[in-house]
Amino acid sequence: MPTLLLLQAATGAPAPAPAGTSFGTPDPVAIGFFAVFICITLGITWWAARRTQTADHFYAAGRSVTAGQNGFALAGDYMSAASFLGIAGLVSTSGFDGLIYSTGWLVGWPVVLFLIAEPLRNLGRYTFADVVAARLNPVPVRISAAYGTLATIAFYLIAQMVGAGSLIRLLFGIPYETAVMIVGAAMMAYVLFGGMLATTWVQIVKAVLLLGGAALLALLVLAKFGFDPRALFAAAAAQQGAGVLAPGKLVSNPLDAISLGLALMFGTAGLPHILMRFYTVPDAVAARKSVFIATGLIGMFYLMTFILGFGAMVLVGPTVIKSIDAGGNMAAPMLAELLGGRPFLGFIAAVAFATILAVVAGLALSGAAAISHDLWSSVVRKGHPKPGEELKVARLATIGLALVAIALGVAFKGQNVAFMVGLAFAIAASANFPALVLSVFWRRTSTAGAAASMVVGTTATLLLIALSPAVQVDLLHKTSAIFPLKNPALVTIPLSFVTGIVISLLVPDRGGDARYTALEQRLLLGAD
Amino acid sequence: MPPLHASPASDALQATRVVAAQRWRVAALLTTGMVLVYFGFIALVAFRPQFLATLVSDGLSIGIVLGACVIVSAWVLTWLYISWANRVYDPALAALKAAHGSVDESDKERR
Repeated sequence: MPTLLLLQAATGAPAPAPAGTSFGTPDPVAIGFFAVFICITLGITWWAARRTQTADHFYAAGRSVTAGQNGFALAGDYMSAASFLGIAGLVSTSGFDGLIYSTGWLVGWPVVLFLIAEPLRNLGRYTFADVVAARLNPVPVRISAAYGTLATIAFYLIAQMVGAGSLIRLLFGIPYETAVMIVGAAMMAYVLFGGMLATTWVQIVKAVLLLGGAALLALLVLAKFGFDPRALFAAAAAQQGAGVLAPGKLVSNPLDAISLGLALMFGTAGLPHILMRFYTVPDAVAARKSVFIATGLIGMFYLMTFILGFGAMVLVGPTVIKSIDAGGNMAAPMLAELLGGRPFLGFIAAVAFATILAVVAGLALSGAAAISHDLWSSVVRKGHPKPGEELKVARLATIGLALVAIALGVAFKGQNVAFMVGLAFAIAASANFPALVLSVFWRRTSTAGAAASMVVGTTATLLLIALSPAVQVDLLHKTSAIFPLKNPALVTIPLSFVTGIVISLLVPDRGGDARYTALEQRLLLGAD
Repeated sequence: MPPLHASPASDALQATRVVAAQRWRVAALLTTGMVLVYFGFIALVAFRPQFLATLVSDGLSIGIVLGACVIVSAWVLTWLYISWANRVYDPALAALKAAHGSVDESDKERR
């Protein structure tokens, strides 16, 4: 996997800022915008806290979120700083190749709609493990699902925290450790007190800010080119060579490209924090509509990254962008400073910070649900927790996860964690997605089969990543890697499906057929 | 949930299975469509980069047009699913629900 996906800003110290930019210096405008965002979101949290009394509220906002709100919240949960800053940066430095990512991040959404959203809402309550466990023996299924979920979340969290610390140092001039702690503390406050309702509204506010900021920036770029994208692309080709409009060096190995594409396409349908959002709406029809809206918003956002990336290439220039950050992640903020001055840079910087904060909050909530709902209530308490106990455990888990996130962020300081978002998608695609699809669509799926599929999928992904060039060559500086692909999804997704099918056939559940039959109507019609 | 061996319930179950199979076919078809579009694009990037470099007009390469088309096709496919669901699937579910309800009623009467 190429450099993007995780903020190369993570490596090395930033170069001294060239004249005319204010990168790396404490910026009162940026800090002011960010303080306003924090105040608004803490206000939302205070409002949501009074409505968050039960587990149903904490995990699922009392099922009161509308399809439109959930569409924006899904988009907010999904559009991470890696996609905003990373893709714009990649397009600005290598042109067309960046577009491979813009498209890849979107095509998972139709798959979520067609295969996952409605059955998930009809069969489950709080986590995707509810669906897999619905007709199987819950204890092994919940343990395996929590393993896959927590592995996905851990790598996603490391990526976000390390990215956050480095970006914030560049954008605000705040020290790395302080930045990581601010992110951890704010995330904890949202989730701990406001639960899903606060997290949902933080996502909505963030999605509106990010889409609005990106749209404004794209309009300012297009205004320089007579509102004709072709004039922009032509200027890029004239300045940097016609090669920027065609595939370049990024996809040197077709198998690598296909493997990454598989992880992106099927990983979205296995991301625990995305799946959890479908429980916040009243029914399956609302779940379906919310994916439709999210797909529209996210697609629009990625189309805008075409304009932002080429705009930064022409107006700022790849050499200047790389001088601030080798990975190109500062392309969008630099473009903002050029077109709108320091106040607009401050606004875009605050939006980037808010973006990371919101994604981290969503991750923490889904991790807390895996610990309290899947592990504590269903495994430790065998499905009979004491009244109010699950909510207490969920809140304790939130505090624990916030501390772990801060610790991981500090521990991985300065590391190149570029492969970690791709890894999170690969685990989600190989651990969670196959078990979900098999348990919903295949009658003969058994407890042993589903559990084996999740355990093998997660473990094989972790193992192959450890042996891949991303770790062996890029991180450990060896000359070659044992496993040739940078992303293992091409191997691990089929492996997980085959494991699930073979083990299900070899070790069937007693009475499994009748249990599936008992669920068939609920699968379509829901519980009520 | 009605007892599954009773004949009215079995009828309801059969009806459910017909709708479920229909939804599965539509979902599988549209998913295949998305897979073909995206991996078709990736295959062109990997194996026919020269073709994608061809300019259709000044500044506009086939690659950029097709990249935008991938995003638009994701929109079109989700819209196709939504419109199918609104026209066919939701009415079928409503009919199932009505039938399901009447089975529950007759079930209670038998008891």
